[in-house]
Amino acid sequence: MNPVNYLYLAALLFTIGASGVLIRRNAIVLFMCVELMLNACNLALVAFSRMHGNLDGQIIAFFTMVVAAAEVVVGLAIIVSLFRTRHSASVDDASLMKL
Amino acid sequence: MSATAAASLTSTGEAVQFWVLGITAVIGALCTVLMKKAVHSALCLAGTMIILAVFYLANGAYFLGVVQIIVYTGAIMMLFLFVVMLVGVTAADSLTETLKGQRWLAALCGLGFGILLIAGIGNAGLKTFNGLGRVNSGGHVEALAALIFTKYVFAFEITGALLITAAVGAMVLTHKERTERAATQRELAERRVREGVQLPPLPAPGVYARHNAVDVPGLLPDGTPSDLTVSKTLRARGQVRDVSAEAIEDLKALEQRSAERLGREEAAK
Amino acid sequence: MENLIALLVAAPLLGAAVLLCGGRRLDKAGHWLGTLLAGASFAVGLALFADMLGRDADDRLMTQHLFSWIPVEGFQADLAFHLDQLSMTFVLLISGVGTLIHMYSIGYMEHDERRRRFFGYLNLFLAAMLLLVLADNYLLLYVGWEGVGLASYLLIGFWQHKPSAATAAKKAFLVNRVGDMGLSIAIMLMFTTFGTFAFGPVLGAADETSEGRLTAIGLMLLLAACGKSAQVPLQSWLGDAMEGPTPVSALIHAATMVTAGVYLIVRSGAIFNGAPDAQLATVVVGAVTLLFGAIVGCAKDDIKKALAGSTMSQIGYMVLAAGLGPIGYVFAIMHLVTHGFFKAGLFLGAGSVMHGMNDEVDMRKYGALRKHMPVTFVTFGLGYLAIIGFPGLSGFFSKDKIIEAAFAKGGTEGWILGGAALLGAGITAFYMTRVMVLTFFGEKRWQPDADGHAPHPHESPRSMTVPMVLLAFGSVFAGGFFSIGDRFLGWLEPVTGYTHGHPPVSALTVTLATMVVLATGVAIAWAMYGRRPVPVTAPRGSLLTRAARRDLFQDDFNHVVLVRGGEHLTRSLVYVDHTLVDGVVNGTAASVGGLSGRLRKLQNGYARSYAVSMFGGTAILIAATLLMRAV
Repeated sequence: MNPVNYLYLAALLFTIGASGVLIRRNAIVLFMCVELMLNACNLALVAFSRMHGNLDGQIIAFFTMVVAAAEVVVGLAIIVSLFRTRHSASVDDASLMKL
Repeated sequence: MSATAAASLTSTGEAVQFWVLGITAVIGALCTVLMKKAVHSALCLAGTMIILAVFYLANGAYFLGVVQIIVYTGAIMMLFLFVVMLVGVTAADSLTETLKGQRWLAALCGLGFGILLIAGIGNAGLKTFNGLGRVNSGGHVEALAALIFTKYVFAFEITGALLITAAVGAMVLTHKERTERAATQRELAERRVREGVQLPPLPAPGVYARHNAVDVPGLLPDGTPSDLTVSKTLRARGQVRDVSAEAIEDLKALEQRSAERLGREEAAK
Repeated sequence: MENLIALLVAAPLLGAAVLLCGGRRLDKAGHWLGTLLAGASFAVGLALFADMLGRDADDRLMTQHLFSWIPVEGFQADLAFHLDQLSMTFVLLISGVGTLIHMYSIGYMEHDERRRRFFGYLNLFLAAMLLLVLADNYLLLYVGWEGVGLASYLLIGFWQHKPSAATAAKKAFLVNRVGDMGLSIAIMLMFTTFGTFAFGPVLGAADETSEGRLTAIGLMLLLAACGKSAQVPLQSWLGDAMEGPTPVSALIHAATMVTAGVYLIVRSGAIFNGAPDAQLATVVVGAVTLLFGAIVGCAKDDIKKALAGSTMSQIGYMVLAAGLGPIGYVFAIMHLVTHGFFKAGLFLGAGSVMHGMNDEVDMRKYGALRKHMPVTFVTFGLGYLAIIGFPGLSGFFSKDKIIEAAFAKGGTEGWILGGAALLGAGITAFYMTRVMVLTFFGEKRWQPDADGHAPHPHESPRSMTVPMVLLAFGSVFAGGFFSIGDRFLGWLEPVTGYTHGHPPVSALTVTLATMVVLATGVAIAWAMYGRRPVPVTAPRGSLLTRAARRDLFQDDFNHVVLVRGGEHLTRSLVYVDHTLVDGVVNGTAASVGGLSGRLRKLQNGYARSYAVSMFGGTAILIAATLLMRAV
């Protein structure tokens, strides 16, 4: 098997995640889809690392994870406070930024 | 078979693993997107992530694979589950689209994007796989550590700052400042007497329950469900179980039958 | 002595400032102060004149530099005065006649409660006019020019409670603005041509400048002169300006304002000498105006308007003479001075008559006043004889020279111009005799005024008669004094230059012809008004009479051509503005608004919609990248 398949898989997962972001309205699920996209990227990075025979790709994937962790912490805090004020986790309810 | 070509191919075992787990991962991802309940999505995502961890390991990223399991599936996904529980585990997301054309646009964009990505990869001419044997020769974790603490040390330090900021930010966002002293039990009781709204304890839920009764409202003498009997949190989440007219009819018939059997005239009315 | 020049302007200017800013506490003494300062100006003028006479003819130019007014690199204008024989003549005329008119006004305006203000305006008028003739450069001259316009506006509209006076003032101001535009364009042209405004460099360099430039400047200067001197086609304000108090009319017509145009042309003689086309335009304007004014003067029953027509006509003579070039400059100025005397005298006499007749101005309601107002009659009569050119009096000498010079122009032009001037002399004799006869001879035709008071004609007070007598002296003797021995010619020649013209007929013939024409005019007038009873209401009259009563349709012409034309132009511009300009502007706004309304729908507030946009945009970017790589 050609290891390029890992990249195809990553692309597929990324696209699925992105579509999920567009389709789902529950903020938590939406957020999970973002995580899926990040993971797809990580997979691609790891495959690149193997491809080029150095560890920089893995290091970047590592940083991605750290940043994703920070993002999840803040994002979930936002969702919780949003739910507290609006009693809803739907992103469509937070549509004040329109005319 | 030349050495370069050999490096660009993987073992049969890995191929089998890729196809089996890869298909599972795609299914998991699709389920994440398509499951109605957030908790199901979270579980599917966790599964996908574990498969990804296996792939990391297969690609020689041993450290990342372990971190993926510990940090992602162990910490982040659990955080997700906590929040899902907080918001309401059974609250199902309606899958009907409210934005006009959103689903079509999303599908179109997704399809186009995926095709373009795959076409791009196919065109990229990635033919050689060098493998990680040489860089891992002095030990994988040691090689990673050498990179992180030399070449990427600034980025590493900055991610530390980022994490601390995120932790503080999460606390600030979710923290509710208590602006007054919490009322004691005594004060609460006195206030209840003073207001005279609900002197005795709140009525218990679901007297005629067929479930575990916490989310089933008690019925008033005229047969209407009473909101007082269900926890405020459940009411806020909209998780009060509907006591359907049919159930009440059943109960009514049951009472009538028992009244007839016992010969109680007035209860039959 | 040269340091005194500024005093000429400063004295009346100070008077104007004090009188206009001083308030009511000056009501009692204001007229004396004004007259005194005008007289002071005249006294300074006399002192300077004496000094000038004591010098050689070539050394008579006096200058005074006060300060640098606009000191910009390449754009220098000084507040400096330039007093030569030409300016001196004007200074003496303006301040002298001006002072007499001030004295006269003390009596004439005695019962007007705004007399102090009136004297303030008179002083301002004098100061502006003196600044105009003393300026050392065209820019400063322009200041005086505008000052004269302002003062005339204030004085013509002095009785602003009368709508007719307010309108007349506005009309004078607006018509003058047209001329002012000409002057400002001329000054701009001068600056681009010569790089300076000062008389010396501009006039000195005129020889080396192209004729086209000089013609352009000359025509613009002529336009300016037409405005101030009430020459065709900008003559229409003069008749209406009679709405002002009579001393103002005298001042405007005799000493200031209308003479400014003649001064400008003579002062810029060097420019006109180099531009034959501009000179031709000038003589045409002068000839047309002298006939125009004379014809209008024949038909007016209002004594002041008849005199106004005569002024227009006489100024036409001066412009004609000035347009003839070096042959005529001296005679233009000489006629201007003599005219200053007799026209001031005539206007003051008219004012005196009105003073005695309850401010009645219709000559048909006068008659037989000679016994009741002997001084007025005699002084007015002498002015009359002077203006028609009775031999020996001022007008005879100056006008005769102009007619001669017109013939001396030579060729067909000379005959036409000379003929026009001669005809004008005849008409002048006619209408002035008419004025004289209607006013002082014949039957009493006095009518009670609007309040039913019958007029009791009486001689005017001393303050009014004395100036009239003094002016009468000037009317009688000035011309002879100037002409005999060519005194005036010798005086002005160093400044204006002079070439002796050779008329196709001898000077004696011209004089005799003038006499014949004059006698004919007087005889016709006597036959028409002296021998026959004069109806109190004007008969319908011939077509020409009716046209002349309407000022030869000057206002109708202006109304139809300028006002209507302007209105139509404005309307069409408004139409263009509404449809085209507004259409483009509003169309742009509407299309932007409409587009925005469409685009606004993209901003629906839903984060997921925005995410679609981003995602789609990313897809397009990737497609573009791939395409570029493929290409």
